[in-house]
Amino acid sequence: MIELRQVAKTYVTGAGPVHALRGTDLRIERGEFVAIMGQSGSGKSTMMNILGLLDRPSGGKYLLEGNDVSNLDADARARLRGREFGFVFQSYNLIPRLSAIEQVELPLVYQGAKDRRKRAAAALDRVGLNASFHKRGPTQLSGGQQQRVAIARSIVVEPRVMLADEPTGALDTATSAEVMALFRELVEVQGITVIIVTHEPDIAALTDRVVRMVDGRIVEDANPAGLQTGPLPTGQGGAVS
Amino acid sequence: MKITDAFTIAIRAILGNRLRSILTTLGLVIGVMSVIVLIAVGQGAQVGVASKIRGLGTDLMFVQPGQSNDRTTGARAQAVSLTKSDSDALVAASIPGVIGIAPQISFNAQLIAGSNNSRGPIIGTTPDYVTVRSSPVAEGDFITDSDVERRALSVVLGSTLATTLFPNGDALGQQVRLAIGGPLGFNFRVIGVMAPRGGVTDQDLQAFVPVTTMQSRLPFTRNASGEISVSQISIQTTPKADQEAVKADITNLLVSRHAVATPDFVVQSQNDLLGAASEVSATLSILLGSVAGISLLVGGIGVMNIMLVSVTERTREIGIRRAVGAQSRDIVMQFVTEALALSIGGGLLGIGLGVGIAMGLNGRQVAGQAMTTLIQPWSIIVAFAVAAGVGLASGSYPAFRATAIDPIVALRNE
Ligand SMILES: Nc1ncnc2c1ncn2[C@@H]1O[C@H](COP(=O)(O)OP(=O)(O)OP(=O)(O)O)[C@@H](O)[C@H]1O
Ligand SMILES: [Mg+2]
Repeated sequence: MIELRQVAKTYVTGAGPVHALRGTDLRIERGEFVAIMGQSGSGKSTMMNILGLLDRPSGGKYLLEGNDVSNLDADARARLRGREFGFVFQSYNLIPRLSAIEQVELPLVYQGAKDRRKRAAAALDRVGLNASFHKRGPTQLSGGQQQRVAIARSIVVEPRVMLADEPTGALDTATSAEVMALFRELVEVQGITVIIVTHEPDIAALTDRVVRMVDGRIVEDANPAGLQTGPLPTGQGGAVS
Repeated sequence: MKITDAFTIAIRAILGNRLRSILTTLGLVIGVMSVIVLIAVGQGAQVGVASKIRGLGTDLMFVQPGQSNDRTTGARAQAVSLTKSDSDALVAASIPGVIGIAPQISFNAQLIAGSNNSRGPIIGTTPDYVTVRSSPVAEGDFITDSDVERRALSVVLGSTLATTLFPNGDALGQQVRLAIGGPLGFNFRVIGVMAPRGGVTDQDLQAFVPVTTMQSRLPFTRNASGEISVSQISIQTTPKADQEAVKADITNLLVSRHAVATPDFVVQSQNDLLGAASEVSATLSILLGSVAGISLLVGGIGVMNIMLVSVTERTREIGIRRAVGAQSRDIVMQFVTEALALSIGGGLLGIGLGVGIAMGLNGRQVAGQAMTTLIQPWSIIVAFAVAAGVGLASGSYPAFRATAIDPIVALRNE
């Protein structure tokens, strides 16, 4: 279970402070499939980075399975991140020169895990890349295949939460649908919590819950049909005004 | 992360950028190589000079004319201050421990035999020379007491000189003309040929004549008071003789004979020569070693430079690694291992090249001299250790910089 309590993030820039998040409350249960939507600059990536322990909130509390993780140091966050979270990015973020199977092995290398080859191969098979793809480097794979490698890399550690920031942003409609089907399978079969950021309503429609952000605040939290799933927490009046 | 994983990553990175890796280590390769080669050359020279000095003979001492600042007269004594009678006085004094005394007068002249000629040092000396300088005769005889007495026109040729003048090897009994400039010249009869020696000055090109012959035939070997100036007196002592005591006796005797306050000559034992020579070559070794050390340092800076570039270039990779769970120490290990692998690889290559070149140079003729190189095992160890240390040092700072990279910024870095 993930819970943000009045989380704020302020970036200090030369031109003055930028309030990327202005006191956000969010609670996501185990096994949910959530889409986060909002205009560019509304704070979606900032929130994802905090959720994935890539960044720390400058205010408020982040509870992961009930434990406050807001103030962990960089290495403690790295350890937790490697175990609990999988990341998928719009730009795949594969390492040049490494073959598909080596990319997927990477999180296991840092965990010091055993059976790395086998587990990586299994993860690649699960995302639909058979052995003929395992030895290929990023430049020998299509965008959709690269994104599958990235997904395999994020699920190989059997994370509790998968965070995907615009995972279909660079893919065509058909490939996007395949990736979304893969996420659905992770949610249904493995019970992984999947949180994606997207600009496309069609993609958001394939999830179970849509969180809408405006200017660093959550303004709507509904099912894809637009039905409010619960009352907005107090202090988040952005949508009302 | 295990060390083997770090090593695999390092090797992948190095091989992934082969040309750059080679250029990066080039400085270190050259550094390690030059440390080994230059120290081998320096040590070879040191040992070579020492063996040449020992080759002069054993338990030797040399008296040579010198200058003295005579404070009582304020004048500088004449450079040529050692005479044949000094040598005779030393013989007469029968200093304990001294077993042979051979004066030498030397000047350069041309020797002509038929159509062959050679220019080299002509040495006027006494029969003692053979034993004092342990310089045996290969054919015929050396100068005898009767040659000295009779001021005979007899000459003994150095081995190289003999073959130059008489390529057929029939030097004995032949006539040689000694030309000393202008119309002046004398015919000498070859009575002997020396065994080959090698040595500091090319002793095999020397010719020997009785010291008295020099005195009577060559007026310019006499000083103002009509005495024969000698360029050196070689003195042999018994192996057990106290060289310092002998030196003191010689000095006292000559000082009183010359009636000077401070010696106007120099007495040097073979050990003095060895000491001076090894001091010179030790200085040479240190000089060569420091030049090589500097190039090693420059090589290390090259590695550091490329590692810094490499970290900057791989910002995004570092971000990805951190996102999937790499801790600071994993990142540090990755870059330090890479720098170490580069440096150790360069070090090994440098050792291979250095040892190869040093061995190749050994025995080569350089400027007419056979070069001796002596590879020092410690220089290999030191060069290698310094290369590895340089790798560690030059990898650490870039690695530390890498850990400071914020994964979010790194991932956004397109
Ligand atoms: N490192 C940073 N320094 C300063 N300002 C930042 C930084 N990162 C983000 N911001 C600002 O914070 C705000 C939120 O950015 P964020 O990246 O979360 O937006 P987003 O919703 O993901 O937008 P997009 O849809 O374009 O990806 C923006 O105004 C952005 O300019
Ligand atoms: Mg974004």
